[in-house]
Amino acid sequence: MIARTERKWTMVVDLDKCTGCEACVVACHAENNVPIVSQEQVVRGRAMHWIHIERYWEGEYPNVRARFIPLLCQQCQRAPCEPVCPVYATLHSEQENLNLQIYNRCVGTRYCQNNDPYKVRFFNFFDPVFDEPLNEQLNPDVTVRSAGVMEKCTFCVQRIRRAEERALVEGRALQDGEVVPACVETCPPSALVFGDLLDASSAVAQLLQNNQRAFRLLGHLGTEPSIYYLKGGTSRVGA
Amino acid sequence: MSVHRGDGLADGNPADGNPADQAPSEVTDQARQARARYLLLDERPMPDLVAQLLGPMQRAGPLYWLLFAVLGCMVLVAGGVWIYQMWWGIGITGLNRPVMWAVYIANFVYFIGIGVAGTFISAVLRVLRFQWRAPITRAAETLTVFALATSGLFPLIHLGRTWKFYWMLPYPNQRRLWPSYHSALLWDLTAILTYLTSSVLFAWLVMIPDLATVRDRIARGWRHRLMNVLALGWRGTEGEWSHLKTATTIFSLAIIPVMILMHSIVGWDFAMTIQAGWQSTVFGPYFVSGALLSGAAAVIIVLAVARKTLHLEYFLRAEHFDGMGRFLLVLSLAWAYFYFNDVLVPWYGQLPVDKTILQLFTSGRAAPLWSLMVFSNLVLPAATLWSRRVRTSIPAMVVISIFVNIGMYLERYLIVAVTLGRNELPFDWGAYVPHLPEILITVGAFSLIGFLFLVFVKLFPIIPIWEVREGQMKQGLRRIGRDLVPTRVDPD
Repeated sequence: MIARTERKWTMVVDLDKCTGCEACVVACHAENNVPIVSQEQVVRGRAMHWIHIERYWEGEYPNVRARFIPLLCQQCQRAPCEPVCPVYATLHSEQENLNLQIYNRCVGTRYCQNNDPYKVRFFNFFDPVFDEPLNEQLNPDVTVRSAGVMEKCTFCVQRIRRAEERALVEGRALQDGEVVPACVETCPPSALVFGDLLDASSAVAQLLQNNQRAFRLLGHLGTEPSIYYLKGGTSRVGA
Repeated sequence: MSVHRGDGLADGNPADGNPADQAPSEVTDQARQARARYLLLDERPMPDLVAQLLGPMQRAGPLYWLLFAVLGCMVLVAGGVWIYQMWWGIGITGLNRPVMWAVYIANFVYFIGIGVAGTFISAVLRVLRFQWRAPITRAAETLTVFALATSGLFPLIHLGRTWKFYWMLPYPNQRRLWPSYHSALLWDLTAILTYLTSSVLFAWLVMIPDLATVRDRIARGWRHRLMNVLALGWRGTEGEWSHLKTATTIFSLAIIPVMILMHSIVGWDFAMTIQAGWQSTVFGPYFVSGALLSGAAAVIIVLAVARKTLHLEYFLRAEHFDGMGRFLLVLSLAWAYFYFNDVLVPWYGQLPVDKTILQLFTSGRAAPLWSLMVFSNLVLPAATLWSRRVRTSIPAMVVISIFVNIGMYLERYLIVAVTLGRNELPFDWGAYVPHLPEILITVGAFSLIGFLFLVFVKLFPIIPIWEVREGQMKQGLRRIGRDLVPTRVDPD
């Protein structure tokens, strides 16, 4: 058993830098074996993207402006989805401040999704289908979820574990920037930054220090998310 | 001969010692009217009751078998749909993100609500000594058991992986996994199992003397063996009656808080969340009042159907519908009071998300359903049930009760399926439309209750004979001057 150091995995999303290109969405699908849902199912409101770009229009035509906000599991420290699960399929890692999801324990009450104010949990309405050649590129580190199971962003927990193991083998402490979730790795304008907030020298800690633009989504609910957004321009999204 | 009958109910002659018989004709008229109106004053000999009530149990006409086959098929279809859903996944229903709960959960809440009424009528009226309740308790208790059993299926039908349902039970296992009692679903599961167990036991307990009557008077063959077991060797001795009375009192008093708590917990399933429109401190009593409303109305429907089809005109009279109508009126006003509480506070607060939900109900897409709900649950009962003429008219009561049940079903549906479509982030709003599987399973659930009733009425007496006899023995007419006054003997 590995003795874990206390961490507070945190992501910073700079809305000024986000262009809404959705590269993060594709990267997440590839990394986490997120099922590709058919067009017909998407129309029925069953699209599955652990990270997705919510687009809001501001103003009236012709003076309109699109605003993007990438939304993923907020990894709340006081997550509303956790206590409602009757079988502990979703629960909190106190040491790492992660919101864990155990697919093979889930019985599919879908109570967590109802109590999730951000609606970033996704239910497998059917068994996933990976068309050729996508079935050849499934990530062996991540379970392929079956029908009737809830899933959501894990902060690429498999990458966190890999990095920890590598550091352990090499007999050193984990360094900032070693753990990079797929969305962060792929973001072309580097709008996403990931790291341990308890490490004062980390990039996220530096970014958030006295940052007037930082806010957390739906802060009034008291869920204490681990995702910090940096306001973009005159953006009023979520504030 | 009656000594060996063993059911403890003597075939007394009601004419003996009745003061009305020796009175002048004016008073006799009064007595006749009173008997025509009140069951408990209209005493008949035991063989009469047996013939009236137990006779139809031994016969089944073609209509019965037709209904039996139709309802049975509906149940089988629903079962098939359930298996199909387990095979393919919940995706065959209309559920989506964000509406993760819809018709199944609305059914669950609705049927549990129906199940509350039996206890209300049986236990509460028993404790408060409403004598007129005597003939209607059995139907109410039975409805409780059947509705609860049906509602208990819905959390299972709704599960994504039904076959793993036992993971929610606290059973010892090698990996020391335990269900999470943080979750309101576990409180719910515990409450339902407690209530189901206690209401089955309660219904059985108060049926024991009647089971003995059936055993001794009509049952042959396998029925006799069944009744022999279920009657627990009841012989009708003084000691047995006294034990039955004590046990019934204890059970009645104990089951009332269980009923109130159980349905409050169903309300808390919603109230414990942070979903706007659900998070409400008034949901406990609000849900209980709604449950009693729909349940009382359902009992009225069951009574009216049983009266017509089993020819129970002697037992079920206008006075019973009158009494139930009064309750329905009070419950309708109680429901409206709690609903007003639940709406007023968010409306006054004017939080954006609450405002959206209120607008959706009052002027948006859900406005037709919402208006029908308010009409059926409040406007119609409150406008009509003040009148004794309406309350004593059985067709009118049935129509009102059907409306109340439609209204209460819509209320559950609006709370579960429509409210969930609105949340804090407008990007994630959605709408739900029921698909064929949910509709078939819902029809199957109603059919299941009807089917169980069909089986029940051929095996067990739907009217509690001993309670009617007991009420009749306690009740009598007494002359005061030129007037005849119904009086009651109540030894305790």
